[in-house]
Amino acid sequence: MDYLFTEEQKMIKDLARKISEEKVKPVRAELDETGTFPWELMKEFGKADLCGLYIPEKFGGFGGGCLEFCLATEEVSRICGGVGVTFAASALGAFPILMFGTEEQKMKYLPDIASGKKLAAFGLTEANAGSDAGGIQTTAKKDGDYFILNGTKQWITNGGEAETYTVIAMTDKSKGTRGATAFILEKGMKGFDFGKKENKMGIRCSATRELVFQDCKVHKSQILGKEGMGFIVAMKTLDRTRPGIGAQAVGIAQGALDEALAYSKTRIQFGKPISSFQGVQHMFADMATQVEAARALVYATARTVDTGTADISRDSAMCKLFASDVAMKVTTDAVQILAGYGYMKEYPVEKMMRDAKITQIYEGTNQIQRNVIALGLIKELAAKK
Amino acid sequence: MNIIVCIKQVPDTTNVKIDPKTNTLIREGVKSIVNPFDENAIEEAIRLKEAHGGKVTVITMGPAQATEALKSAIAMGADEGILISDRAFAGADTWATSYTLSQAIKKIGTFDLVLFGKQAIDGDTAQVGPGVAEFLDIPQVTFAIKIDIDGNKIKVKRQLEESAEIVETTLPAAVTVIKQINEPRLPSLKGQMRAKKAEIQMWTAEAILADAENIGLKGSPTQVVRIFTPPPRGNSEMLEGDIDEISVKLFNKLKEQKII
Ligand SMILES: Cc1cc2nc3c(=O)[nH]c(=O)nc-3n(C[C@H](O)[C@H](O)[C@H](O)COP(=O)(O)OP(=O)(O)OC[C@H]3O[C@@H](n4cnc5c(N)ncnc54)[C@H](O)[C@@H]3O)c2cc1C
Repeated sequence: MDYLFTEEQKMIKDLARKISEEKVKPVRAELDETGTFPWELMKEFGKADLCGLYIPEKFGGFGGGCLEFCLATEEVSRICGGVGVTFAASALGAFPILMFGTEEQKMKYLPDIASGKKLAAFGLTEANAGSDAGGIQTTAKKDGDYFILNGTKQWITNGGEAETYTVIAMTDKSKGTRGATAFILEKGMKGFDFGKKENKMGIRCSATRELVFQDCKVHKSQILGKEGMGFIVAMKTLDRTRPGIGAQAVGIAQGALDEALAYSKTRIQFGKPISSFQGVQHMFADMATQVEAARALVYATARTVDTGTADISRDSAMCKLFASDVAMKVTTDAVQILAGYGYMKEYPVEKMMRDAKITQIYEGTNQIQRNVIALGLIKELAAKK
Repeated sequence: MNIIVCIKQVPDTTNVKIDPKTNTLIREGVKSIVNPFDENAIEEAIRLKEAHGGKVTVITMGPAQATEALKSAIAMGADEGILISDRAFAGADTWATSYTLSQAIKKIGTFDLVLFGKQAIDGDTAQVGPGVAEFLDIPQVTFAIKIDIDGNKIKVKRQLEESAEIVETTLPAAVTVIKQINEPRLPSLKGQMRAKKAEIQMWTAEAILADAENIGLKGSPTQVVRIFTPPPRGNSEMLEGDIDEISVKLFNKLKEQKII
């Protein structure tokens, strides 16, 4: 399908594919097995100028947008979902700075993220606040020109490895969601430590870790946006990064489809390659159609984000929901096509199936995405009346 | 540090086929790439530039499509590319090629270091690097696995068959590099954008003040009479064991055959 990419966008896709094929593919099984964080690969992406695709040139980036970021994320995830999310989560941490940071904050943090020298992360979730992000209990108490942070964030992607963290904490609990504030924190600040590193089902090379704050003193200049805007920062960020998860899901699904297709031509049963059986062919037809539909929705959403439109919640929820459900279905079918071999670690599809699952969970579970979509529909109807 | 890297565009395969009638390479349907050893030379040049500052100029003698090779060097991080191209260069052997490249380098003028891959994977002669050094009358060091530069001194570790030696000389110098010297980087996005926009200069025989007697087929003292794939040798046998055992086996074999 022709998605009418510019010359530059094609270049990004080709380069991300080349690096993924040459550098990621040979190590993905080992990274998965050992749960090793892919620092060397992140450096490769940095050197190739892929870390700052969505960051303006003024801040050392490439000057593209959400679509450029999605193209690279998809290609990396096609080879490894774990490396893909490590790459993408840095954008999740950087987007709030890009959208809400002052000129000074952008100058201070974005160039190192764009060059790949430093990674970023985003900390919202807590043990008792998952889907219900409004329930966060980490506090930031005002003390003159400073705020004192206390609390623990959980399951933070790139936790411990990143240098730059966007963290949401309650500055005024009495105000509910209007009492949350976003801060930029740096690794190494006094009172900011890392807790348990999780042992996961999939995306195993990515780091998922606790951020622990114990009387961590932060100057008010580290606030993103204004005091009390924390949830707006978080929600607007997630609205714009969800297509990235959609792209990750499309990549994982495409990778599984590619593997299954190649295998089906070599596996002989009943004297014929299994690709000659209609029961298998129809599975491929469905898989390919679903992947292409998901891809089209992700690209269309990314392009909509890049127009700068304010209200993108519903669209971005739809693309993440659809693409991640497709990824789960297609990877499961890929394992089905490889059957016993697919269930074994010698082949990459079981890993792809494990990696796909997370895309239905993080950056808002798919039930939450459905809530957002439905709410959007109802609001729209009400507005017409 | 002004560094000049001489590169060659070659067919993307070590299994090149030869047309038995014309004795030339069959190039149809074979993708062209930068000679792999030359990629190491480009990488080394960029690293030296990163460490010492300066400029990296890449040159190649070849047809118009060799521009692609220069562009991929620019995508890796070279500053400039010059294509040396003229019908009169056709059929050049290593001597005429070395002469032609050295004339181009003289036209560039100031330089501190000229880098080459140890050899091109199509011809495998390893003669052009040393040839250019002779024409330029500068010191040459071949088969480098490490290059250190300190002021106007260059220290090169050369890989020999069973050992290595360290050679020190003065700049300007010519050095040929082997694969083990580094791992060539992949092109970056910004590099590719720069390469796309880069204007490649083209220099003809006239531009480099080349003597017509010294270039192309006419200027080539060697003539290719015939290129062929040698027939596989007959029966051969590998002797196994440690040196003593092999010596004894060999001795017995030679005796059996009444050679000794
Ligand atoms: C590997 C990994 C990486 C992560 N990375 C980050 C990160 O970098 N930063 C960050 O802040 N967070 C991160 N998270 C957290 C992630 O976003 C949350 O896990 C997610 O939002 C869901 O929260 P929960 O797991 O607590 O599920 P819960 O909220 O406990 O949900 C449990 C179940 O109830 C359903 N449910 C809950 N509420 C509703 C409702 N109102 N209507 C219908 N169904 C509902 C859910 O869909 C789900 O099926 C990560 C999580 C994982 C596993």
